[in-house]
Amino acid sequence: MKILGLILAGGRGENLGVLVEKRASAAMPMFGKYRAIDFTLSNMVNSGIVKIGVMTQYNPRSLMDHLGSGKEWDLDRKNGGLFILQPYVSPEGNLWYRGTADAIYQNMTLLRRGEEDFVLIGSGDHIYKMDFTDLFKFHIQKGADITLMVKDLDESYDLTQYGIVEIDENYRILSIEEKPKEPKSKTAFLGVYFMNKYLLMDLLYSFVPHGGIDLLLDIIIPNLKKLKVYAYRFDGYWRNIKKSIEEYYRTNMDILDWKVREELFYRNGKVYTKLKDLPPPKFSGTASVENSLISDGAIITGTVRNSVIFRGVKIKAGAVVENSIIMEGSTVEEGAVVHNVIIDKDSVVREEKKVIGEKEILVFEKRAVI
Amino acid sequence: MRRKSEIVALILAGGQGTRLGVLTEKIAKPAVPFGGKYRIIDFTLSNTVNSGIYTVGVLTQYRPHILSKHIGIGKPWDLDRKDGGVVILPPYQGNKESDWYKGTANAVYQNIEFVDQYEPEYVVILSGDHVYAMDYNDIIDFHISKDADGTIACMEVPLEEAHRFGIMVTEIDGKIVEFQEKPSEPKSNLASLGIYVFNWKFLRNILIEDEEDPNSSHDFGKDIIPKIVIGNLGKLYAFRFEGYWKDVGTIHSYWESNLELTRPLPPLNLYDPNWKFYTQTEEMPPAFIYKGAVAENSLVSEGCEIEGEVYDSVIFQGVRIEKGAVVRNSVVMTRSIISEGSVVENAIIAENVRIGKNVIIGKGEFRENELDPKVYNTIITVIGMDSIIPDNIKIGKNVVIGLEVRPEDFEGDEIPSGGYVLHRR
Repeated sequence: MKILGLILAGGRGENLGVLVEKRASAAMPMFGKYRAIDFTLSNMVNSGIVKIGVMTQYNPRSLMDHLGSGKEWDLDRKNGGLFILQPYVSPEGNLWYRGTADAIYQNMTLLRRGEEDFVLIGSGDHIYKMDFTDLFKFHIQKGADITLMVKDLDESYDLTQYGIVEIDENYRILSIEEKPKEPKSKTAFLGVYFMNKYLLMDLLYSFVPHGGIDLLLDIIIPNLKKLKVYAYRFDGYWRNIKKSIEEYYRTNMDILDWKVREELFYRNGKVYTKLKDLPPPKFSGTASVENSLISDGAIITGTVRNSVIFRGVKIKAGAVVENSIIMEGSTVEEGAVVHNVIIDKDSVVREEKKVIGEKEILVFEKRAVI
Repeated sequence: MRRKSEIVALILAGGQGTRLGVLTEKIAKPAVPFGGKYRIIDFTLSNTVNSGIYTVGVLTQYRPHILSKHIGIGKPWDLDRKDGGVVILPPYQGNKESDWYKGTANAVYQNIEFVDQYEPEYVVILSGDHVYAMDYNDIIDFHISKDADGTIACMEVPLEEAHRFGIMVTEIDGKIVEFQEKPSEPKSNLASLGIYVFNWKFLRNILIEDEEDPNSSHDFGKDIIPKIVIGNLGKLYAFRFEGYWKDVGTIHSYWESNLELTRPLPPLNLYDPNWKFYTQTEEMPPAFIYKGAVAENSLVSEGCEIEGEVYDSVIFQGVRIEKGAVVRNSVVMTRSIISEGSVVENAIIAENVRIGKNVIIGKGEFRENELDPKVYNTIITVIGMDSIIPDNIKIGKNVVIGLEVRPEDFEGDEIPSGGYVLHRR
């Protein structure tokens, strides 16, 4: 079975505020050394997909820099490989991607040219780890036209923020309501689509020229009766970091739990990311570190508790970092105290400064000097 | 037709490194892990590319598999190139009497054709056995400025250690007038670091002549350099290097140089953004330190899960130190596990070792080693790769546990200082 992977990574994720001022939400730094997109990308590669298109739009520089030629994911290939799909101007006057269906429609060449039979569409800002082969089997066995991945969400998710689906006993989807005020079930669509490539092409050719720009809202939902749309249930860890700063923070903090670490890092293959060639993290004689993730190139001389420390971060003597996310290349200087804070890349917390998020998580943008 | 390269580097990586005992029983010394995520040859390879030399031959011989796999096509060092790049040069059989490399000079002699195809002006001969940071442009510039035929990098060493090195006596401008290979009565303390720059045409002739000499052992230090100096065959200069350089050739120097990296300002700076060291490693997530765990004065690499206590140690990738376990003054290599309640002191634990529960390593009085006191002669206990140490065992100082040792290889629950356990096949 040959499958084309498509990753929607154009979204800005405006709920993430200053953190997405200079990057798309798919490029959000995660867990010390990764970017959000690494998870979907690695899942696809680990499931045997060797041709993957990434649709970018909003501020793609850092995402493109991260993906490069796809070397780290073994996607620098003669056959297949990584395709960055940016909006472009053509004689037909196409411009920005207006929605998911439009984005794929504008890159129809990639669908037309390849010899793949199926398309798997995922999102660049979802954090989960899975082997898709089981989903592929499910799709074939059900004789589905389209398979959507779903999950029963617990109370830690705000159901009114997701696409809520109703399913019959055969897993056929009866209805999908996007961000309903009163959710009819706890089952949410996870933004992963699997379908025959030619079906997708037909649907796009039929709907996009008439203004059907969103794959879910304009194409799938209106045709639930005509198309056999099935739900594949995913039971693992899954979070959409784009939802809010709290969700982004919580997802990063979840990694401090061995169960989550075990599932995301050690099950169903590895998570691949851009290499940085940094030395191992160093813990000095005065370092005190507890319940924290510490990345390569970090030098810890102070105290770190319940935190995620990215690559090349320096926590100097007498500094105390608690319940915080400190991104790549930032420095917390001598005696500074940092609680409940997200500090973006290359920032500095000056000596003796106290930065404490009381009720809310404090967020500092890239290259902040505090 | 290949593009010319002005400079070709040859890295001699065939040595066994016998004084590293079980650490080099299955792998060549250049492939021995170092500094939490590197292998020893990474330092020389990174120095060459950081110096802008992109045509590199690596001469292998002893147990080359891990080394060849590690280097691969040279991707991590940007040596996967169309022109030049890295080439592994194992001994081969030709229609003349090519054979195993008989000595360092013979190894280069057997690869004359490899070097010739790039028509280089200079060759840099390096050793894959040493840990150091050096910009080879400095020695090459020096070599050119002296209009030398050959230049040897050297360093002042304590006089009492001079007998371990090739020692040079020079004129004031650095011209070498006398060379003593591992002398019992050294005339100076200027030691050769095994780093040479030669005019290729000059060296090529000398190597061909030396190959015909039945009395030669075809070694740079023993034969080639003394011949040039005594016979006055060319101008040899000594280039004084003042940075960090270490031949991690003994168990003690290996252990000490690793632990040096954990100090506040180590002489070898792994964190210099302008002189990075590259390596081939497995993709692993960041290190995790648990609640109640301790990591002090240590390097703890990616993929580690630390629940116990680590002091003054270098912990390689993917190591697990379980609850209640304590590691001090030790080097623990990739994917090893120190189980609950075990205490490890002054030890080198090779890759993929499993230490059972409540094991004590490194306690007791020093005693001479019964297996090989020439190799094992300090307080350090060494455990070879892929071994399994059963629960509740006490292991003393200066003990050797071989490779792939299984619980049934142990008799009783104590291995006193100086003892050893090898796998019985």
